[in-house]
Amino acid sequence: MKIAKHTYDAVIVGAGGAGLRAALQLSESGLKTAVLTKVFPTRSHTVAAQGGVAASLGNSTEDNWHWHMYDTVKGSDWLGDQDAIEFMCRKANEVVVELEHYGMPFDRLDNGKIYQRPFGGHSQNYGQSPVSRSCAAADRTGHAMLHALYQRNVRAKTQFFVEWMALDLIRDADGDVVGVTAMEMETGEVSIFHAKAVIFATGGAGRIYYSSTNAFINTGDGVGMAARAGVPLEDMEFWQFHPTGVAGAGVLITEGVRGEGGILRNAAGERFMERYAPNLKDLASRDVVSRSMVTEINEGRGCGPDKDHVLLDITHLSPETIMKRLPGIREISIQFAGIDPIKAPIPVVPTCHYQMGGIPTNYKGQVVAPKGDNSNTPVTGFYAAGECACASVHGANRLGTNSLLDLLVFGKSAGETVVEDIQSGNLRLKPLPDNAADFSLARMARLENQKDGTNVHEVRLAMQRTMQKHAGVFRFSELLQQGVTAILEVAEQAKTTEIKDKSMVWNTARMEALELDNLIEVAKATMISAEARKESRGAHVRDDAPDTPEFPNGRRDDEWLKHTLWYSEGNRLDYKPVNLQPMSESVDPIALATRTY
Amino acid sequence: MSKRTVQFKIYRYDPDRDEKPYMQDISVDLEPSDKKLLDALVRLKVKDDSTSFRRSCREGVCGSDAMNINGKNGLACLTDVDSLPQPIVLRPLPGLPVIRDLIVDMTQFFKQYNSIKPYLVNDNPPPERERLQSPEEREELNGLYECILCACCSTSCPSFWWNPDKFVGPAGLLAAYRFIADTRDEATNERLDNLEDPYRLFRCHTIMNCVDVCPKSLNPTRAIGKIKDMMVRRAV
Repeated sequence: MKIAKHTYDAVIVGAGGAGLRAALQLSESGLKTAVLTKVFPTRSHTVAAQGGVAASLGNSTEDNWHWHMYDTVKGSDWLGDQDAIEFMCRKANEVVVELEHYGMPFDRLDNGKIYQRPFGGHSQNYGQSPVSRSCAAADRTGHAMLHALYQRNVRAKTQFFVEWMALDLIRDADGDVVGVTAMEMETGEVSIFHAKAVIFATGGAGRIYYSSTNAFINTGDGVGMAARAGVPLEDMEFWQFHPTGVAGAGVLITEGVRGEGGILRNAAGERFMERYAPNLKDLASRDVVSRSMVTEINEGRGCGPDKDHVLLDITHLSPETIMKRLPGIREISIQFAGIDPIKAPIPVVPTCHYQMGGIPTNYKGQVVAPKGDNSNTPVTGFYAAGECACASVHGANRLGTNSLLDLLVFGKSAGETVVEDIQSGNLRLKPLPDNAADFSLARMARLENQKDGTNVHEVRLAMQRTMQKHAGVFRFSELLQQGVTAILEVAEQAKTTEIKDKSMVWNTARMEALELDNLIEVAKATMISAEARKESRGAHVRDDAPDTPEFPNGRRDDEWLKHTLWYSEGNRLDYKPVNLQPMSESVDPIALATRTY
Repeated sequence: MSKRTVQFKIYRYDPDRDEKPYMQDISVDLEPSDKKLLDALVRLKVKDDSTSFRRSCREGVCGSDAMNINGKNGLACLTDVDSLPQPIVLRPLPGLPVIRDLIVDMTQFFKQYNSIKPYLVNDNPPPERERLQSPEEREELNGLYECILCACCSTSCPSFWWNPDKFVGPAGLLAAYRFIADTRDEATNERLDNLEDPYRLFRCHTIMNCVDVCPKSLNPTRAIGKIKDMMVRRAV
């Protein structure tokens, strides 16, 4: 079979916020760049982000990046790497202002500056009081951002391959990355993209869970490809459950609703967050709020006939505020909950939202893996940014608005690094291995010829139900152990998926089967990493690591202040230290402390 | 809850298999949680995995699942399935080449979008901080920037059907006005020049199908009217 081959300086996989931001660096530097994306760029899931992007502009309340850095380290429950966190928080103003210059329609204050609103876990003066740090375009910040970035790429004449699905990473005998294989949806044909550098910006894999705020396309394609190619995945046990998904539908209701004054209430109408987080209350960080909600529901104070959700109340806000600052939320509530939030509270429930872990990178966007004595050796030619990557700035729990910041800062950084590495001559076009496409072609052939196989929908559902039951908001030692067995069984079933549709043209059945291969890698990584981590930290809270005077919140810094690394081959686990040292010598590390809000 | 069954009549065409398109009659049983047309289509795809359509966010913000639903363009994810008379007749968006089933080739649509230079033009060196814009100036962009490029509007417009290569269409013109209306943009004259043509702008005959179908309740006709006004004022 003859396979088409395309040669580029750099290939970016994914055209959401991170991919588009990286693409700008490359296109504007004149490098020959291809951006592969399985959906038209503005359909990427960045479009669904609502509440804002963090930057310590200090437009309405005093602020500085040191406070932002502190909040982020504390939010991460000290699992975030402090060099990367310092880098991100220091760069925030630059990348947000840049975006404004690109034309992003931020809301404005009376003095003409960018409007900022409070958000969960963000504070003034090291945890003292809430701060307005979230730069927002109504409650459509992600949409406004993604379109502004796409538009800037139209200006930069970026070359897109729209509706091309990347299949596998190509590594040579040295382990260096030399390209990817990809399938064009319209023809079903597989091609090789041969390049000096490959940047993954493929987003998260929230679809491993049954109930998720994530789009259908969030299937962890880059994460799966990296795992299959022998790259370890970092901290995959840490998943964010967003406190406010619409009950039953899973659709996201931004934390910005609480930033604008929204209150969570239980069946008695009580503002229960006052009991769990006396200081920041409803604006405590997401893991804390989600656990408080589930505790309310578990203890019988949930709302509705099945007492299975709580209520998000904004009826005390003026209709003008709601129409001006939260118009999209009103639309979503009417569409998916059948209620108008001006008149009645919104039924909400914690819903899987964000993957804190991912492909390990440093703050330059280089993918790193253990080699010899160095647990952070760059994989030559391989870069990653955004939700698919783990820099690690979010650690065990991400703060709201830090994801849009992450994709801007690290998308740009990865792009800059690639430009430097190529222009300095450090990266050259290495020859493709002879068998470059064999693995992908074998996967396609297996799917084509599978007889008496399993059903893609059923296997995916089994995976989603297993993840939901065994690795949810609260985690239980016994359920995690059973979960490992269960997910490995599901993974076996996924090896023999069968599709009925064999057409070469826009075959979505084939696409979903290939996506399932990626989801399964993520699901295994999550369950196995979670079972192994015998402590509670951030979003990972287990019954056998309770809050004690010796180990507050069940966090075990003596044993578990380390990053998990999961390898697909043999489901092997390894660990590496957390970097507690900021990037600059002049910046003091944020010392370990008990996390309270 | 009693079992809900939905009857579909769906446009099917797979160039790899079918000599010509046909309408498929098929029904599917829904679960209680299936509320939107997209839920029903996803359910249908479990039954027949060859049913092909685009979808992503399932909340009306990515613009993937635009289709012609009982004769009117809309997003499957924002359409209540119970509100639709049956059989539910689904066709691809009109006027664009069909790739397969409900999936159309949107090249022409995006070509027109790109033709209006959909990006901020301001050649002054940017200030160190954000460019300032008053809340009132920013409000001018409301009803314009929220477009999701689903193409419901342009593919419901007879002028776009006739001249997709020459008429920019409602989505592209809405985007053009979004930049004209932005106080930070300095290319208003060039933008008007770009549209001063018997076809690009003036093929809009205010039929207003675009307003009728927009799933985001935007009003391209009003934006087009404002551009026309500016053209006239510029001429005198």
